[in-house]
Amino acid sequence: MVDNIKQQLNVLSNALRIRNTKQEILASNIANAATPHYKARDVEFEVELARSMNVGPLNTSDSKHIAVTSKNLPGKVQYRQSINPSVDGNTVELAVEQMEFAENAIRYQTTLDFINSKIRGLMGAIRGE
Amino acid sequence: MDIKNIYHIAQRAMGAQLVRLNATASNLANADNIASSPQDAYKPVKPIFETKYFDLIRKRGISTVDAVTVKKMDVEPIKEYKPGHPMADKDGFIYRAPVNIEEEYVDMLEASRQYQNNVEVISTVRALMLKTASIGK
Repeated sequence: MVDNIKQQLNVLSNALRIRNTKQEILASNIANAATPHYKARDVEFEVELARSMNVGPLNTSDSKHIAVTSKNLPGKVQYRQSINPSVDGNTVELAVEQMEFAENAIRYQTTLDFINSKIRGLMGAIRGE
Repeated sequence: MDIKNIYHIAQRAMGAQLVRLNATASNLANADNIASSPQDAYKPVKPIFETKYFDLIRKRGISTVDAVTVKKMDVEPIKEYKPGHPMADKDGFIYRAPVNIEEEYVDMLEASRQYQNNVEVISTVRALMLKTASIGK
């Protein structure tokens, strides 16, 4: 029963965790907007979600299989390709980072709303309302 | 100090930008300083920024910025011939601080803009955290 409830929230909590990581990385980019030679980084949400759910191009059917090691799932943190490279080697573009940060915040909030409505639904079912 | 969470990232970045603003203020305040020898003339200062990583070994992902030192710029003071000036040396020269006012203004604007960005990060994160804390209510 508890496992069932856990499963219900598993995807959403993973999504929330990845959004949080992404937010920290974007904050790092914004913090380093004036540091020479700093390279902007980011994580790809879809890839990370697939990784956290243990799904991907290589599925495992045995506990001795090595989970998802495929060239189709790139490493966690990647460098951003800058649109306009700057002279000091810094690849942070404030407009891009701000947009990403805002988008990420909205998506984080939406995930929260999903979790809340899920919990409300479960509570309704438990109480039998 | 370790980078423990997103607040530390923004907090230290704001600190670094404040050092930069201080340097700019000091440069602008001394913009028209006059000295009687090239050694005594004021030289503009600039902070040196360095990325500080959470993961010191792999240097990936989460990081913040520190103003590690403030260095004097390598520029010659402006030599001017003013024989009657009270600060003039025996040959009648005074030495003006070589502060580029336009450059300092641009630096000041950039620093304050980046400070604002970090404040924005903090306030967004704060709002999201409060919402996360009240899940299921």
